[in-house]
Order: sequence, then C-alpha cells, then structure tokens
Amino acid sequence: MAWKLDDSRPIWPQLKEQLTMAIVSGQYPMGSPFPTVRDLAADAGVNRNTMQRALSELENDGLVITNRTAGRTVTTDKELIMKMKMETASTYIDEFVAQMNAIGFSTEEIIQVLKEKEAK
Amino acid sequence: MFTETLLKTNNLTKYYSGFRALDNVNLEIGRGKIIGLLGPNGSGKTTLIKLINGLITPSSGEILVDGNNPGPYTKSIVSYLPDKNYFANWMKVQDVFNMFADFYGDFDMNKARDMCAMLNIRPEDRIKSMSKGTKEKVQLILCMSRNAQLYLLDEPIAGVDPAARDYILSTIINNYNEEGTVIISTHLISEIERVLDEVIFIQNGQVIRHDSVDDIKENEGKSIDEVFRESFRMVPYMNVNQEGVYRYDK
Repeated sequence: MAWKLDDSRPIWPQLKEQLTMAIVSGQYPMGSPFPTVRDLAADAGVNRNTMQRALSELENDGLVITNRTAGRTVTTDKELIMKMKMETASTYIDEFVAQMNAIGFSTEEIIQVLKEKEAK
Repeated sequence: MFTETLLKTNNLTKYYSGFRALDNVNLEIGRGKIIGLLGPNGSGKTTLIKLINGLITPSSGEILVDGNNPGPYTKSIVSYLPDKNYFANWMKVQDVFNMFADFYGDFDMNKARDMCAMLNIRPEDRIKSMSKGTKEKVQLILCMSRNAQLYLLDEPIAGVDPAARDYILSTIINNYNEEGTVIISTHLISEIERVLDEVIFIQNGQVIRHDSVDDIKENEGKSIDEVFRESFRMVPYMNVNQEGVYRYDK
C-alpha cells in the first residue's frame, strides 16, 4: 500500500483513515483476510504499537473482524461499508464545496459547472 | 515473570574529571516500546547508554535494568550497538558471529546469516575490506540478532546512506523482541520519528522532556523534528555591522 503520512499529526489516526479508505475502495475485499499488524507495520515503516492502535479502532468500527483462530478478516457487512463510503464521500464533498465557495461559486453554480463538465 | 518497568534510573549522575556529563537523571521505561533518546551533540546521550549497559559506573545514583544493577545478568539481557566500530580488521564476518555466539546465549546465528545474505554480505568477507557503512550494518545485524530485552542503539543510522537507513529502521522494527524495548540515540530525528513511541530530550546532561510521541503531536501539532529544533535552537554567530552587534532573535 502507498502510505502518506504527515509527521505533524499523530500517526495512528492517519493509518486508520488510509486503511478505512483501502477497505471502502475494495482494495481489501469484503470477507478477505486482513494482513497482520506486523506486516502492515513493516509496510508502513511505523512501529507495531502504532499500527495495533489503528487496527483496534478499525475493529471498534466493525470494519475488521478478529476471529479466534483465523486472524483478521474484512467485514462482510455491506451496509457498514456503504455507510463508511458515504461518510468519506461527505468529507470530500464538504471540502470541495468549501473551496468552491471560497472562490465565489454558489451551490447552484457548482452544480451547473459540474453538469457542463460532464457534458463535454 | 517480567517486571513492568524494564529500566529505571534514580538520581543518576556522572562526572568526567569535574565535568558533569549527566545530572540527576530519573527515568522510568516500560516494555515493548521504541524510544528515541534525542539531544544535541555532547548532551549526554552516549554517557547515559554506557551507564545503562555497565561500561562505565555512575558517580552517584542508581540504574536498575529489570530490577537489577548493571552486572552479568543485565549484560545477558541488554544488546548494545556502540557508536564506534569495534571489530579487529583481520576478522571475517563469520569470526565475529562465532565470537557473539560464545559471548551471548541469546545470539541467533541463523538470523544473523539471513540478514547478511539479504545485504549481500558473505560470512567469509573480511572486515578490513568493508566500507564504513557496511561495517555499521554488520554491527547492527549482530545487535539485532540477539533475543534481548533491552536494545541500546547509539547512533545506528548516522554513517549510512538514506536507502540503508530505511533498511536499518525496518530491521529494527521487525526484529526486536516484543517484550523488549529499543532505545535509539540519534540527532537524525525526521528519519526515525515515525517508528518512535516515546521520546526523551536530553540537554546538558539533564532530561528536559520524556513524553509519548502521540501526545506531543496531538498537543502541539508539530513533528518531533520541529519540536526538537525549537527546544534546542541556538543563536548563530553573525558578523558585526556598523551599528554594532546584529542580534539574531528568532
């Protein structure tokens, strides 16, 4: 995975965001085995405690499930994945709208330019 | 089986012929952590590391490693990477491995051989023919091939190129014993801050800060590198102009 980490913020929430993204986008498909803390930590170049914390959060959210014997797997809950997808989409939309508003576009104008772009 | 605290120092002080290299250091360090020992040159990092592994003795105060004063027991559970090269030039890599296997019951020969193979270092290679960076890598391999409880790494990445730094850092995070703790002294902070759980800032022989990395980032919104630069900012020398001394304030 291509990790993008900003050293001025705590690392674990960034790992959590990026792993959530990877699950929601299907990079780790529903029901598939999830890598170990050790492998993920080595891949991201962070220490295992930090990665463990990010994974515990994913477990709390229900995106990743720990089985007693078979390690971790990605959830098979479609609704949950859809919900997380909508949350992520909503964050992107808020950012986009805020930036468009800042350069003077109203919501109607945004919709209009999007449609024009789509038509091209 | 294990005590919760792995390392504790009580009012640890060290004088070198009148110069106070360490001044009343009180530290308490747990298990399963990677800790950065950070400070400017001459701040006491190496002195502290040498005291912990029993190479030098305190002027006053106490060190407890897994509840014991430095001695044969603590040496059997502490793996030390010195900041200097300690090999004899005539030795081959395999000679050094055999020496370590003789000295330390927890030395894993197979692990050492595997790590060498990954770096294209052969057991029959002579120390004499190696570059400074390669010697440092061999030292790191020796240190991390021990199944120790406390790893003390004194400037492990200072002498090697950026690609080798990545290799060394991933070797450290992948090979330390999970019940053990790694203490890394360095001033190359931006290179290592992502792997750290905690940092200890040391200045003029005193511990001025010991915090979790997450707490620092959360509270101050800055990288450890930035916090370090701000804590240890020095006033540079400037030329005197006609108005008098130019003061550099910020």
